Amino acid sequence: MQISYLVIALLLLTGVSYFWGRRRAVSLAKGEHLVVLHSLPSFHGAYVALWCGLPALLLVALWMILEPQIVEAVVINQLPADRAILAISDPNVFKLLLTDIRNLASGNIVSQTIDPALQAAANSYMRYEAISQQALFLVALSMAIVMGSFARTRLSQRFRARNRVEKIARWAMMTASLIAILTTVGIVLSLIFETIRFFDKVPFDEFLFGLKWSPQMAMREDQVGSSGAFGAIPLFAGTFLITLIAMVVAVPIGLFSAIYMSEYAGPTMRSVVKPALEILAGVPTVVYGFFAALTVAPFFRGAGESLGLDVSSESALAAGVVMGIMIIPFISSLSDDVMNAVPQSLRDGSYALGATQSETIKQVILPAALPGIVGAVLLAVSRAIGETMIVVMAAGLAANLTANPLEAVTTVTVQIATLLVGDQEFDSAKTLAAFALGLVLFVITLCLNMVALRVVRKYREKYD
Amino acid sequence: MSERTKQRYAAERRFRLYGLAAIGAAVLVLATLVTSIGIVGMPAFFQTYIKLDVTVDAADVESGRFRQLTFDAVYAFHPEVTDRREKKRLRGIVSSGADREIRLAVADDPSLIGTTFPIWVRSSDDIDIFIKGQVSRDLPQEDRRVKDNEIAWVDGLVEQGRVETRFNFSFFSTGDSREPEQAGIWGAVVGSFFTLCVALAVSFPLGVLAAIYLEEYAPQNRWTDLIEVNINNLAAVPSIVFGLLGLAMFLNFFGMPRSAPVVGGMVLALMTLPTIIIATRAALKAVPPSIREAALGIGASELQVVTHHVVPLAMPGILTGTIIGMAQALGETAPLLMIGMVAFIVDIPQGIFDPSTVLPVQIYIWADSPERAFVAKTSAAILVLLTFLVCMNAIAVMLRKRFERRW
Amino acid sequence: MSVAEQLENSGQPEKAVERKSKVIGKDITVHYGEKQALFDVNLAIPEHQVTALIGPSGCGKSTFLRCINRMNDVIDGCRVGGELTVDGVDIYRSNIDVVELRARVGMVFQKPNPFPKSIYDNIAYGPRIHGQASGRGEMDEVVETSLRRAGLWDEAKDRLEEPGTSLSGGQQQRLCIARAIAVNPDVILMDEPCSALDPIATARIEELIDELRERFTIVIVTHSMQQAARVSQRTAFFHLGVLVDEGETDQIFTNPKDERTQDYITGRFG
Repeated sequence: MQISYLVIALLLLTGVSYFWGRRRAVSLAKGEHLVVLHSLPSFHGAYVALWCGLPALLLVALWMILEPQIVEAVVINQLPADRAILAISDPNVFKLLLTDIRNLASGNIVSQTIDPALQAAANSYMRYEAISQQALFLVALSMAIVMGSFARTRLSQRFRARNRVEKIARWAMMTASLIAILTTVGIVLSLIFETIRFFDKVPFDEFLFGLKWSPQMAMREDQVGSSGAFGAIPLFAGTFLITLIAMVVAVPIGLFSAIYMSEYAGPTMRSVVKPALEILAGVPTVVYGFFAALTVAPFFRGAGESLGLDVSSESALAAGVVMGIMIIPFISSLSDDVMNAVPQSLRDGSYALGATQSETIKQVILPAALPGIVGAVLLAVSRAIGETMIVVMAAGLAANLTANPLEAVTTVTVQIATLLVGDQEFDSAKTLAAFALGLVLFVITLCLNMVALRVVRKYREKYD
Repeated sequence: MSERTKQRYAAERRFRLYGLAAIGAAVLVLATLVTSIGIVGMPAFFQTYIKLDVTVDAADVESGRFRQLTFDAVYAFHPEVTDRREKKRLRGIVSSGADREIRLAVADDPSLIGTTFPIWVRSSDDIDIFIKGQVSRDLPQEDRRVKDNEIAWVDGLVEQGRVETRFNFSFFSTGDSREPEQAGIWGAVVGSFFTLCVALAVSFPLGVLAAIYLEEYAPQNRWTDLIEVNINNLAAVPSIVFGLLGLAMFLNFFGMPRSAPVVGGMVLALMTLPTIIIATRAALKAVPPSIREAALGIGASELQVVTHHVVPLAMPGILTGTIIGMAQALGETAPLLMIGMVAFIVDIPQGIFDPSTVLPVQIYIWADSPERAFVAKTSAAILVLLTFLVCMNAIAVMLRKRFERRW
Repeated sequence: MSVAEQLENSGQPEKAVERKSKVIGKDITVHYGEKQALFDVNLAIPEHQVTALIGPSGCGKSTFLRCINRMNDVIDGCRVGGELTVDGVDIYRSNIDVVELRARVGMVFQKPNPFPKSIYDNIAYGPRIHGQASGRGEMDEVVETSLRRAGLWDEAKDRLEEPGTSLSGGQQQRLCIARAIAVNPDVILMDEPCSALDPIATARIEELIDELRERFTIVIVTHSMQQAARVSQRTAFFHLGVLVDEGETDQIFTNPKDERTQDYITGRFG
């Protein structure tokens, strides 16, 4: 990566210019106390360094984003008309050829014969790329030097280097804080664009209300009925079923452990159980998935057999229970916080009336903490819905519209993962369906989170 | 004591019991998880070796006939086996990578050429499992992959002292392989390392800068509120959605390389950003305002207050949050599946642009493999991953304990 | 505008002051968001004297104090109106550099707030960021002089590398004073500097304030009228965001013109 050399050179130059500016500032003080300077020499140095480094690095970043597209467009325009259409319509063909040419240039043998016109185009592509890279080196380095020198000439005793550097720093921080918004926008845009393309191929109502899901057929276009079926109801039902099982496991266990931990447990017990729960919370989901497939599913299957029940080896029950286990620490730590926020005075009031501890908890603390606990459970639900690895490894692949927890069901996340892992064609309804499912998932979890966070926030404000 | 009071105390005891039972259940599950994976995974740290007597001459080295040499050495144990199917079974007791081991040994010590020398090579995965006692001899032959005659051969080898179980060093030094006995986690560990480096390099500066802005600079207005709500929501967005973002944005829109740590790292960085921002803000908030006032009062500028006083004091908290965020990133699988880090990659990645996989994805790949020996490998990889995670969390806890400051 | 006119505006016509005014506030108003905290305060603070700002809590005395070195800038939604000059320069003009202003107008806070660094670094921090001392030798000198002036040298000279927080409360407050005078300001603002200290430490600080008056102009906010009477030469009484009364300390305490001042100092409210 030659660009990385350029970046390193620019960074070095920036470092050097810092000391360069700093030295000049010291000399500006003319041997007197530095107090004659408006700003400390280090700020002068930083000012020069910023002028030296920032514009040049921004230029490099811009170039890296724009250059390939510009050069590609130029080269494609030079192609004979029919090929240009081909290359534009299928950029993969063109890129494939480029790779071949690069291999050829570096001495690797390419077996297939190459269309001379395309080869010429690829050659000129590489020539342009080389030229533009050299140009970039030249422009970026000279830009750094010129800008840095210019900034250095501006330094003077009363020059407000500090204020300027602080302003830039402030801008940098503000930009960093925008990342959160940019990420959300990025998520929404990338999901929405692909989803719109998906709904070009599959009607909206069929997706939302259809009862049959079998996207695999979409790959074989020559076959009759190749359109596949994209009714997502079985997925929603499966997700709901597994989430429900998870909550049935996690809510009572998590809540009761939180109650015990915050109200009954002594310090020794806390010091043992808290880390255990933290470990449970830190176990990666892929491990839970493996645990579900390796231990829990066979266990349920065996137990079912001995009871005369037919339990699928990818039963919703196994996936749901393990997901519930994953969520226990989540619920318990959130509810623990919430119950600790209930003021001691409420407890005192209840004890003073002669209530036992459990009566106090049931009739005073839990009602007071209820909004917070509801918020915690909502967050947990959103987590369960979005959890991927456990269900990918332990739940089924086939969409199965059933409410029987002993059968295999599939979920939204499983389908997203299986549709997008492996070969992809970006215009098949199969891959696009994954984005539509992703959008549904995002919207649902977003709503749950918003409500939950608002509830928790309101609750906290009440007792702050 | 009245009847009613007795009932109330009984209710109290019951309630307490529920709490204890809940905690017991949680702890029990944790114990089951760790022990079941531990028991299954432990054998994978060991590997069965078989001693062959190999004859190598110069012609073999020149033509590279090591494969044939290996076969010959195995056939030599039982010259009476002539049936082609049977011969295939016979040579199947050593790993298909055995010829490579012989070649390396010869390359290492050219004086072996022209001699017959003993060499320990890996057994195949089925034999390895059998030797470790995980296949019961009592099973009917159809139900096990190691057949009766293979058992007889192996028993013979054991009697001759040609079978040994050693610590499996190469599990920690090789990349993935289709053959369980040759597969290692080093490729995935390196991939994880590169990915985390990228994630850290992106999310730490961005997260800390954003947190400083929100906590120290930003005015309280709608815009700041919007950013805050966004951050809190991002913290709860399912990880697979970040994978979709990476796929649509980084791969398809910006045309970045598939399966590369650079993309994986960026996706994980966006995912851990909320964690780091929230932790950093909490740490900054814990620095008492009197410190800021003191510094401002003697004429420190805003930036100096932040860099000289607030951030150094908040550093332990910031680092703790960052380590926890990185631990999350280390265990994350789903978004990386979306950006193609799930490919089968044998080579150890050399940089952040090379195709690679990461530990949790490696676990997923192995868990999905049909060979039985991969079950143990998967568990062993999980043990390694959990060790890393426990270490990271322990460091975080230590940092918090050591530098916790009360004002 | 002359000092005499200033004093006229604040309802103090008769007594001409011989000293030059260091800080002059004219029609100062302060809003915190919607709430107005100060109403048209006109106050002149003479050089090399201790001026005490007294009044019941929430009366705006601290707010006024924090205007003088623009510490209010830090508070969200705080707006300051009117004209406040230090040495004749309006400090709320847009081209005034707050950092330079605060180097000239130092501040000591209610609670001792040494940095969690060594005693030495606590003092050296200000001169360092203002580029006032080059080299270790010069810095040592500044640290020693500041500690001496704050009367802390004898107690601290053998433990300069220990954290500032290891000192007792009174010592910490003197460290903060030493830290403030290390940058050699003209004005030192003190916001109830003794409220967190015991009587002995308080006496020590009061003594110190009296000594410092020779070199610095001091403005002190205090909730204790005895303290105001002991340390200050001039006193200003604030009530509900309004400057009610202002003048020589003796005169304010013996012969207040405003009824509210009278009520306050005789302890009828506050």
